[in-house]
Amino acid sequence: MTATATKDVTPVVLSHAGLDALIAALAVDRQVIGPVRRDGAVVYEPVSSVADLPRGWVDDQAGGTYRMRREGDRLFGYTVGPSSWKRFLHPPKQVLWRAGDGAITPEPIAKERFAFLGVRGCELAAIAVQDKVFLDGPYRDPHYAARRAAAFIVAVNCTRAGGTCFCVSMETGPKAAPGYDIALTEIGGELLAEAGSDAGGMILSAVPTRPATQADLDAAAAGIAGAEAQMGRAINTEGLADLLTDNPDHPRWDVVADRCLNCANCTMVCPTCFCTTVDEVSALDSDATTRESRWASCFTTEFSYVHGGAVRPGAKSRYRQWMTHKLGSWWDQFDMSGCTGCGRCVTWCPVGIDITEEAAAIRSDLEAEGG
Amino acid sequence: MSKPRLGVFKFSSCDGCQLSLLDCEDELLAVAGVIDIAYFPEATRADDVGHYDIAFIEGSVTTPHEAEMIQDIRARSTALITLGACATSGGIQALKNGADTAAFIDAVYAHPEYIDTLDTATPISDHVTVDFELRGCPISKHQLIELVAATLVGRTPQTPAHATCIDCKLAGHVCVMVTQGTPCLGPVTHAGCGALCPGYARGCYGCFGPKETANTASLTAQLAVNGADRRQIHRLLQTFNANAPEFRQEAENHD
Repeated sequence: MTATATKDVTPVVLSHAGLDALIAALAVDRQVIGPVRRDGAVVYEPVSSVADLPRGWVDDQAGGTYRMRREGDRLFGYTVGPSSWKRFLHPPKQVLWRAGDGAITPEPIAKERFAFLGVRGCELAAIAVQDKVFLDGPYRDPHYAARRAAAFIVAVNCTRAGGTCFCVSMETGPKAAPGYDIALTEIGGELLAEAGSDAGGMILSAVPTRPATQADLDAAAAGIAGAEAQMGRAINTEGLADLLTDNPDHPRWDVVADRCLNCANCTMVCPTCFCTTVDEVSALDSDATTRESRWASCFTTEFSYVHGGAVRPGAKSRYRQWMTHKLGSWWDQFDMSGCTGCGRCVTWCPVGIDITEEAAAIRSDLEAEGG
Repeated sequence: MSKPRLGVFKFSSCDGCQLSLLDCEDELLAVAGVIDIAYFPEATRADDVGHYDIAFIEGSVTTPHEAEMIQDIRARSTALITLGACATSGGIQALKNGADTAAFIDAVYAHPEYIDTLDTATPISDHVTVDFELRGCPISKHQLIELVAATLVGRTPQTPAHATCIDCKLAGHVCVMVTQGTPCLGPVTHAGCGALCPGYARGCYGCFGPKETANTASLTAQLAVNGADRRQIHRLLQTFNANAPEFRQEAENHD
């Protein structure tokens, strides 16, 4: 969907029944993906009604820990879990082409049509980052482009922040910036709905709503302000890119290397990490071969392996590369931050390495030295 | 091109990895179509004679006889490939390394005089040059087929040495360590199983042995923070890959 609103659309209010109607309307020609509670976390999977959503569940997050518990009655009281929308737009594996009998056949362009329900501000910003990577420049990914063009985005403005959230620092939330088709904000047992595109406006006009009152708008603003005040983490981005780039030998990199597992979880859960590698899958009984792309990580030896060995042999150089890219050289490469402040890398690191803490440690040491 | 001649040999092991070859089921006929399975006691009656283009070795070297046998097979094989944790790191029987073998034999066997064993169970690579190692207890059928397919077309098999966590995330499993504090060896374990156990809400047992650049010390420190005691951590590391250096050292640190 194009994300341009061509006219002001008056906000409306949806009841849970109205949200059900919205889901049903989206499901007419799309697969609706939304939050579902599974295996102790909220993950993004197909949903068919409000009954599938994690109503009354919230999460407590810290470095290396995530626990769900009951609180209140919100549909979207949870923050962000281990999965992200990149799983759908940029899936873990993608067949690129098949070869056999002397011919190479490109894989047909992806036809999936998704509607994403519950895209948070940090996640919408992450989709914008991947758009830049996959759609701009000379190496456009046609599968991503097709899925992205067909996707309908229902954003949700956060009214609760998690322990590892720092979207305020990264200026990506808790209120979603434009780029959505519809944005929802939970107010009491209802949802304020704002259209962000013509398609969003059309579908909102086709489901049962009531006009929003000033009290509804105030309640939504108060909810978002509440989340803003709850940020679990913060990162000082001022001069950060240069700070990291200019200090490749800072002793803090050794400290983090002692803890880093090189397990790659941070890159797998990161909604902006986009690297892939390719695998050849050979048939046993013919010359048929399939080439598949697969999510790769800069935390593996294979990633920087060239003739004679790996350029980045261990955790020190890998963590430094990853963090400096996210917060620094991403600006040079894509003119934006590679980090949107979602906090996933902090929560899902098995040993709880915290990008905000690492950045602060490097800054404070240098400031203490008068650097 | 004539079909490569394959020999499948068993050393000290449970046979499970060899059986993975028979377990290929749908692919087994295709495998038999491209490879001459010349010696495979689990499947054929043929005698062990002559040269092998490919020798699959299952099991560790645990007896004096095995120490001689592996030299003979190496001399008669072009590519020697080990299958599974026993052949690659020594297997669970390597728990005897460093213990009192004579006392074990006396405790277990009615007639200790019939037992002729070494004091250690060691990987094949301690004895001869190994061309490729397939990890796992047991090996993965998928990786075995990849190994055969890649060998036949002359490319390196794709068996990434990265953490099981990557496969776990590719599969969409929810991390059991982060959500439940479950002790899990996934972050230090070589991928290959497809993150089987975390997919059933269990921690990884480390069946595929250490990954490349495994930081076991950092992981065990976190397992302790999450509530595991020293004995639990020790035992977690003392299973099918007990003799792999990265696991053995950290287990000793938690003795």
